[in-house]
Amino acid sequence: MNIGGIDVATLIASLMVASVPIMLAAIGELVVERAGVLNLGVEGMMIIGAVCGFATAVETGSPFLGFVGGALGAAALSLIFAFLTQVLLANQVATGLALTLFGLGLSSLIGQGYVGIKPPLTGDVPFGPLVDIPLLGKILFGHDPMVYLSILAIAAVWYVLKYTRTGLILRAVGENHDAAHALGYKVQRIRLLAILFGGAMAGLGGAYVSLVRVPQWTDGITAGAGWIALAIVVFASWKPWRVMLGAYLFGGITVLQLNLQAAGARIPVEYLSMSPYLITILVLVIMSADRSRAALNAPAALGKNFHASR
Amino acid sequence: MKRRTLLATVALGLGFGLAGQAMAQDKVKACWVYVGPIGDGGWTFQHDQGRLAVIEKFGDKVDASTYQENVPEGADAERVLTQMALSGCNIIFTTSFGYMDATNAVAAKFPDVKFEHATGYKREHPNVSTYDARFYEGRAVMGTIAGHMTKSGKIGYIGSFPIPEVIQGINSSYIHAKKVNPDVTISVVWAYTWFDPAKEADAAKALIEQGVDVILQHTDSTAPLAEAAKTPGVIGFGQASDMAEYKPSPRVSAIIDNWAPYYIERVGALLDGTYEQKATWAGISGGEVLIGEITEAVPPEVKAAAEKVRDDIAAGTYHPFTGPLNKQDGTPWLAEGQVAEDGELAGMNFYVEGITGDIPQ
Repeated sequence: MNIGGIDVATLIASLMVASVPIMLAAIGELVVERAGVLNLGVEGMMIIGAVCGFATAVETGSPFLGFVGGALGAAALSLIFAFLTQVLLANQVATGLALTLFGLGLSSLIGQGYVGIKPPLTGDVPFGPLVDIPLLGKILFGHDPMVYLSILAIAAVWYVLKYTRTGLILRAVGENHDAAHALGYKVQRIRLLAILFGGAMAGLGGAYVSLVRVPQWTDGITAGAGWIALAIVVFASWKPWRVMLGAYLFGGITVLQLNLQAAGARIPVEYLSMSPYLITILVLVIMSADRSRAALNAPAALGKNFHASR
Repeated sequence: MKRRTLLATVALGLGFGLAGQAMAQDKVKACWVYVGPIGDGGWTFQHDQGRLAVIEKFGDKVDASTYQENVPEGADAERVLTQMALSGCNIIFTTSFGYMDATNAVAAKFPDVKFEHATGYKREHPNVSTYDARFYEGRAVMGTIAGHMTKSGKIGYIGSFPIPEVIQGINSSYIHAKKVNPDVTISVVWAYTWFDPAKEADAAKALIEQGVDVILQHTDSTAPLAEAAKTPGVIGFGQASDMAEYKPSPRVSAIIDNWAPYYIERVGALLDGTYEQKATWAGISGGEVLIGEITEAVPPEVKAAAEKVRDDIAAGTYHPFTGPLNKQDGTPWLAEGQVAEDGELAGMNFYVEGITGDIPQ
């Protein structure tokens, strides 16, 4: 299928790839926010994930270990956030912003020795002849493992939050930490685990940027993807499948505008370049137009610190 | 604050004392402002190679240890330049087009400091010189290879900003690709950045999906080559630097900016007192634009054709913009045998005939 000189199957396939980093980071942040914690340090954790993942992959020669390293590195960084906000009860907004700044600086330091090196290549999942199915083959079977993992992560988070006891407890902590505490749940421990999960997912997203999307390391490589991930969580009104929708929408527009240019569409480049951001703003405005419903969706204890003595 | 005012006054005073005079100096402090990180493997990396060459050449006589990476084009550049001028730099190289106004503004305040602006054309004060390289000469060689090598007949060009330097490159690439392959078309994608690896990779990807199999980039990172490496049969060229880590394919050749001779000449002139304001625009013949090794991924006859273009340009027997050439709208630009004048090239704001699409204004 071919519309306006653009092959639709290829376009969908490449928007799926472009969306992976923000999708992974956003689904992690969704879990964190559903537990009642607002971590604005996603960008910082992503870039730490990018540099740790890159370094690990280069040193070990294995992209798989690279992704593990990226997740671990970013989770370690999120531990700082967890310690400051959950133990020392620091302000979450300020701590999160500090985490981003710290992450950007630290990644630049760690990355000094890795500039201009090529990482080991992450291969596609071998589906064999399935890739050659017209139209669907490229979209469904022509990707690297992380694309499938990102969709699996969405499904898993959705299932756990909706159908399991763990999900119920996590949501309880996010809605009313005092009640959850009164029932005997360890609020801080649960939040700590949620923050670690969020860090690991942001790290995976970052590692995807430096290992697959742009296979190299350079300073500031995530270029604001973490902030988009944060916006997508609000856009999705804290619901997992809508995170996927938001990520695909944003990734899709980014890819589409470059494809339109390459196909020679007669639309001024300036409008194309700003379109992803314009549409993000537009959707956020539409989503929050109904104030009461938007407020209902947000976890009630979001951003509030908990202390057992109160 | 007080100390800064004092320093500025001293600097101004010194400036009046020395204005207009060229005096030999015992020691020169040369400073550089970079638009990206040295580790970009391209544009900024090459400027830093030039800086290192200055250190090697002059040793103790020149302090070339001061540089600043990742300086945004705009107000920040002015702050960085002022700080460098105050910290005792005698000559400051500003290495991106977007520093043009900042360079001239700061130069007005420090008449005794020499400012050297790369790729610009404004010399509003006697202490501002400009230097540039004829990248379009290198593009002529790349275009020749591109025209021979493309199987789909589509070549792609990742543009940074719609400025004359980039438009010269697009035109020169297209003219020479068409010369050897009349059916060739060129798709231009404007990235609106000099350095953003993710965006450059996405742009390359979009071009490849459009069937482009030769990518020319006018951005600074190696990301487009990394993207090209993922698809067999797609080739690209090193930009600004050799980008040798992508040899033999996708990187089949490269345009290398060689700033070292110019930096050594200018710093040397400041040392021995022969320094004068000037506008330099050297190319292949001056050694400022080098063509990186053409790899074995290119058939020998194509390699020979490309090398002939290079050698003819170096010898001065061929100019990449030689008539007959029409502008995009079909109006005549250069008559048979006529070559483009430098002034016209420096302000180039039109595509040649055959290129589709508009230049963003």
